[in-house]
Amino acid sequence: MIDPPARTLVLGIGNLLWADEGFGVRAVEALHARYVFPACVEVMDGGTQGLYLVPHVRAAANLLVFDAVDFGQPPGTLIVVRGDEVPRFTGAKAMSLHQTGFQDVLAAADLLGRAPARLTLIGVQAADLETWGGPLSAVVRDRLDAALDLGLAELAAWGIGAVPRPAAPDGPGAGLLRHGLDLGGYERDPLATG
Amino acid sequence: MTTLSTPNGFSLDTSGRRVVVDPVTRIEGHLRLEVNVDDDNVIRNAVSTGTMWRGLELILRGRDPRDAWAFTQRICGVCTGTHALTSVRAVEDALGIDIPANANIIRNIMQLTLYVQDHLVHFYHLHALDWVDVVSALKADPKATSALAQSLSSWPLSSPGYFRDIRGRLARFVESGQLGPFRNAYWGHPAYRLPPEANLMAVAHYLEALDFQKEIVKIHTVFGGKNPHPNWLVGGVPCAINLDGTGAVGAVNMERLNLVASIVDQSVAFIEQVYIPDLLAIAGFYKDWLHGGGLASQSLLSYGDMPRRANDYSADSLMLPRGAIVGGDLSTVHDVDLKDPEQVQEYVTHSWYTYGDDSQGLHPFDGITEPQFALGPGTQGDARQIHALDESAKYSWLKAPRWRGHAMEVGPLARFVIGYVQGKPEFKEPVDATLRHLDVPLSALFSTLGRTAARGLECQWAAHRLKDSFDALMANLKAGDTATANTDLWDPKTWPRDTARGAGFTEAPRGALGHWVEISGGRIRNYQCVVPTTWNGSPRDPAGTIGAFEAALLDTPLADPEQPLEILRTIHSFDPCLACSTHVMSPDGQEKARVQVR
Repeated sequence: MIDPPARTLVLGIGNLLWADEGFGVRAVEALHARYVFPACVEVMDGGTQGLYLVPHVRAAANLLVFDAVDFGQPPGTLIVVRGDEVPRFTGAKAMSLHQTGFQDVLAAADLLGRAPARLTLIGVQAADLETWGGPLSAVVRDRLDAALDLGLAELAAWGIGAVPRPAAPDGPGAGLLRHGLDLGGYERDPLATG
Repeated sequence: MTTLSTPNGFSLDTSGRRVVVDPVTRIEGHLRLEVNVDDDNVIRNAVSTGTMWRGLELILRGRDPRDAWAFTQRICGVCTGTHALTSVRAVEDALGIDIPANANIIRNIMQLTLYVQDHLVHFYHLHALDWVDVVSALKADPKATSALAQSLSSWPLSSPGYFRDIRGRLARFVESGQLGPFRNAYWGHPAYRLPPEANLMAVAHYLEALDFQKEIVKIHTVFGGKNPHPNWLVGGVPCAINLDGTGAVGAVNMERLNLVASIVDQSVAFIEQVYIPDLLAIAGFYKDWLHGGGLASQSLLSYGDMPRRANDYSADSLMLPRGAIVGGDLSTVHDVDLKDPEQVQEYVTHSWYTYGDDSQGLHPFDGITEPQFALGPGTQGDARQIHALDESAKYSWLKAPRWRGHAMEVGPLARFVIGYVQGKPEFKEPVDATLRHLDVPLSALFSTLGRTAARGLECQWAAHRLKDSFDALMANLKAGDTATANTDLWDPKTWPRDTARGAGFTEAPRGALGHWVEISGGRIRNYQCVVPTTWNGSPRDPAGTIGAFEAALLDTPLADPEQPLEILRTIHSFDPCLACSTHVMSPDGQEKARVQVR
């Protein structure tokens, strides 16, 4: 007998209206645009949903999180944190829109009696967490590809392969983020003409 | 001078010790409260400060108005759908777009679903810990807890074994040292009154509610395509319906509709067998703690929501009542018009913004968002470390919205009082029944507890309206009307050539929400939001009128000013959400509420 594939959640968290706070969401957006995963994998833009994410986290056997973190390293530094260490890092984030930070989501999942068996955080040291309406800072944006590679390697270690998406999703309508919130649409100067 | 009388009838005395709570925990966004207490530790002055700057207006300028909902949905994590709905309504109002009947019903279903989820999560996960001592639950006898639960409700999860298991899980969790969502609370505080068994029952239901919300949001997935962040559409709703379809891609079919019906039934059961009995049981222990009324007995505002008829936003069409009560005159409910320049106005005299002439109020169509940070001469400390604010000067990143010059309370209690005094049975009867059950007079409604009770009753109301709305949708579909969107005016070429202005409103779970949009040349020229917590948490205005938070804290005794549980209890009863009213000024990463007493 073959075990059914373990449900895997790839979750980007943070507020994309807030400069580098949007890193996690931008990472899963790019991952979704470039790769196709097996049916057991869900790539999710978790935004700042806080406790509302608990059911999604509980349903996953493997959880891969992308998030901007503040751990006192030079901006753009990437970090991979696993298992019990994760809450410490998400808790260290200097600014969370939710007082219910992601560490509380993990604790609540634990208290309900079902937390993911495998948990990994791919974090980036943010440079700019203050510019409301701002884009990703250049230094963080330049690390997106490297962050995706770290994520793919982690998934591969869990036995989950990804294949390049044959063609990028068509236009702004087919990506994970739409309605002007896709990276290109969001960062276009809305006051420019044409 | 240390005493002051406000135009709305409150007396403020700043002579006593100053207690500072910053940030207030278990809310969305950043809020600071300062109060002065007298020698008996009774609050005699209160100062409510949003510590973040807001600027959604600046992000939306120049964007496509058909995308505005997606941006407003990202302002914060809890009101996502209600901002999106308000936004599409504002744009439709500006462009003269009508929506089909089914779209109106489905929007009502989306909004009612949010009410059920939001009120449940607020009560159990953000507010209950102000009434329930989690650590005391460890001392509960599972058998006695079971007897208590069974005396209150027929909910099946009530055996001694079930509560023993919950107690054991809680004990392991606490012993592991990771209190998680239960940290930063004042366990063992003398203001907690429940016996250990009631505390354990509430903890069990805290966990059940956390688990149950996954069912509720499936309704958002059915009609909004995904969750989190369901989709919305100017002109209707972004879901096609095909009753005969069998899993056709994208279309909502009978199987999905049956799922919705079943979740609605489960929601009614959970609310009526768990939430309401818990609310009544907890209220029974606190029914003489009737502080926190503030503006509730005098000035209340609701825009109303959930139109029975598509495109009819008159008070008569709205399931949730619309109106304004001012000066404590409960016999008169004034009509409310969001476009009347004399009604809703925002002041910045005590806010860190400037209009040039800061004595005037501006209607949102003429709104200006120009930050100007400065601390008053009486400030203790400096901008890096403020020990005490000077409320005679500018002291908040929230503007001060007023309705015809009055500070107003918004939210479930405002909606229920307005519906009650209008004699609407769906609001009056549950309130009367609750008052009778607790054996308290009508005046008890105007309190922190009344606010918390109104939210529970409204959750029950919403679940039943969800059922009605679902039935109405099915009737329409079976009659052959499957239209869900009107795309006649989708193309910007069809829009008015001149500047178009529109106002959209909803009642967010936490209160009246308005968006005002100005569209020119196919783009957004101006966008202003006035959100519920700006009403409730507002600073003072040029006349010195105080807002709902400040008024509600007055005259409340604190058992221990170093552990101001009573302040959190009253402020949480408003379900504050500051993420959209404000934006960060000085992030400090401090999760625990700091309390300073001077």
